[in-house]
Amino acid sequence: MGVMETRRRVPKADQPPAQSSSLYANRVRVYPRAVKGLDRRIKWAILAFCLGVYYLLPWLCWDRGPGRPSQAVLLDIATERFFFFNLEFWPQDVFYLAGLLVLGAVALFLVTSLFGRLWCGYTCPQTVWTDAFMAIERWIEGDRNERMRRDQRAFGLNRQGLDKAWRKLSKHAIWLAVAFWTGGAWIMYFADAPTTVVQFWSGTAPAPIYIYTFLFTATTYVLAGWAREQVCTYMCPWPRFQAAMLDEQTVTVTYQAWRGEPRGHHLKLDTAAGARLGDCVDCMACVHACPTGIDIRDGIQLECINCGLCADACNEIMGKLGRAKGLITWDTLARQNARKAGREEKLHLWRPRTFVYLGVLLVAVSAMGTALAMRPHTAISVAHDRMPLFVRLTNGDVRNGYVVDISNKMGRPADYVLTLTGPKGLTARPAGVMQLHLPADSIKELRVWVSAPPESAHGSQKLLFQLHNLTNGEKIRYESVFIGPR
Amino acid sequence: MPTKIEKDEYTGKETTGHEWDGIKELDTPLPRWWVNVWLVCIAFAAVYALLYPSIPLGSTYWKGILGWSSSQAVAKSVAEMNARHAALMKRIGELPIMQVAADPKLKEVALEAGRIAFAENCQPCHGQAGVGRVGYPPLDTNFWLWGGTLPDIQRIIMYGIRSGDSKAHESQMPAFGHDGILKPAQVTTVAHYVATLFGIEKPGPTTAAGYKLFEDNCAACHGPKGQGNQTGGAPPLASRVHLYGDTLAAIEYQINTPRGGVMPAWHTRLDAGTINSLAIYVHALGGGE
Repeated sequence: MGVMETRRRVPKADQPPAQSSSLYANRVRVYPRAVKGLDRRIKWAILAFCLGVYYLLPWLCWDRGPGRPSQAVLLDIATERFFFFNLEFWPQDVFYLAGLLVLGAVALFLVTSLFGRLWCGYTCPQTVWTDAFMAIERWIEGDRNERMRRDQRAFGLNRQGLDKAWRKLSKHAIWLAVAFWTGGAWIMYFADAPTTVVQFWSGTAPAPIYIYTFLFTATTYVLAGWAREQVCTYMCPWPRFQAAMLDEQTVTVTYQAWRGEPRGHHLKLDTAAGARLGDCVDCMACVHACPTGIDIRDGIQLECINCGLCADACNEIMGKLGRAKGLITWDTLARQNARKAGREEKLHLWRPRTFVYLGVLLVAVSAMGTALAMRPHTAISVAHDRMPLFVRLTNGDVRNGYVVDISNKMGRPADYVLTLTGPKGLTARPAGVMQLHLPADSIKELRVWVSAPPESAHGSQKLLFQLHNLTNGEKIRYESVFIGPR
Repeated sequence: MPTKIEKDEYTGKETTGHEWDGIKELDTPLPRWWVNVWLVCIAFAAVYALLYPSIPLGSTYWKGILGWSSSQAVAKSVAEMNARHAALMKRIGELPIMQVAADPKLKEVALEAGRIAFAENCQPCHGQAGVGRVGYPPLDTNFWLWGGTLPDIQRIIMYGIRSGDSKAHESQMPAFGHDGILKPAQVTTVAHYVATLFGIEKPGPTTAAGYKLFEDNCAACHGPKGQGNQTGGAPPLASRVHLYGDTLAAIEYQINTPRGGVMPAWHTRLDAGTINSLAIYVHALGGGE
């Protein structure tokens, strides 16, 4: 495809490789510089929104009536229920989760084919928390140059050493506090939030709450504070195959090489010497602003998370120099190639690829929506006894046993009629037609025995369990078998 | 060890000094961290072997400083489990069985305890889920020799059948053929009559004679219609379920030399809670009255 360019240098065959033939490379520390601009403002807004939702959602209340959880979003492991506002999911509804993942994947494909790795640059939790941690770092340790200078110094009992010590200590303390809040908020999705907070601080919470809070505190601190762009470059599989969604019509953060090159900052000198220079003054602002430490002027690459901070950084410089902004901008490869050749080309957002993704997305959304809207609130499951398959009674009748489970998934009590139909002359214990009452949100297990006279009990026959929910009118059925001697 | 350290000119690495057909082996030692982990594992194994049972010593073995043993650990956790359920099981044993069955919580516990106790104690004879086999009555149908109510079942489990216990059920059918009470021809005649009672034969010319013999010899215990008698332990004959088989030969065999099974008295082996749980479980297998 040609849009990907790796920076790995391949040793030439006729030269012996360098002395160190290690497969490992030390990390080059990235000191991103603060930038101002439109992309940065959008990134701040999305960050605030995502973190706000994450931290506050567990505290949102939703009245479900007496004796029921009043938390709007709660994945209650103890009672095996997932509450999401007015929806309630049981363990057997887990395919909705699968559907949601399919939706997420297709939506990601669509967005990526249209606008590149927006997910990576703006909404991925790794990006959001790393960005937040970098903001804290910048607040305490200052911007790029100051941080780099300070990292060169040693700790010690002099003014500079102590300055470094207290700043590093405070930074890590605040990082840990944010990480702890993050780990703690995660637990709130699984247990009643106010109760858990009280339990947590009074030392009475169950051990898993402490363990998982500690675990997620540790992962947040390590991933957002220390690992940062290494997660995207080395750990995450998405950058490895997102290229399959991109093509030359995808809008991504792009350096307009035709305009910028040849780059150089000795403008007056070179102009005097008659050389024609491009708009890029090689100030490295884009490189210094990059959270993954790459040079966008090398073209789109695996490490680029498409956040657009380099574009903001470049615009600041271009503004100061009085040159046209947008040397680094959001554009497609096809349009760049056209411009290079002196042509203008239109955006082609709607191409076969994006139509297919959109189509699959719409189908998945409507299928999921329909399934959710028509979700039954009653369930019946019948297990036919296998040991023994049937029993002979003294009068010659053949009897089969069943375990019937009836689920009331409604948030209120309900009345049911269970009707059995099957072989001719069947009799059932407790009864062939049963009136049942189930409390809200509950399962009732029934032991049912069905007998049939010998003349109608040969081989395997259908036995139909029909359940009529008198409270909401739902009618469902379960087809089981009645087995007799051959 | 080679005395002279030789360096490979291409990679700059040291060689081991081994050479095969001009190919020299590079000296690539294991990474230090790997060796360290390996040494820690050896140290761990040594400590572990000291603390826990490990080394066979002829007829005995090194028992370890901690004195831990897997069988004791199992016994301990079984005891813990029993202690956890002790209060409930005690209550199941103390209450009258009808009250236990009426309490949903106790019944649930009893069914589970009964299922486990049944598999351990009853299944070898009565089969999985009480399906029974020849000579061992099925417990999941409505065929009962001594009654199928909860108290009936409870009593049978406690004292057994012909177990020698003073409260055990006892019954003995006379050996009509073997002891000469009936002649062989009469045995055959009455057997054919009994066969008509549960439909494997149609009434024929000898049926009337067979009925006469049945009335004189069998009806006292098995009832005039062969419906059986649970107080005396006489099985129903007008039944499709038979303890010793439902062929004509099986009927004749039983009239000539009757058999009767023995069930042990369990009250000397099991506690009251387990016995009541077993009774509730057996009653729930499908045949309970």
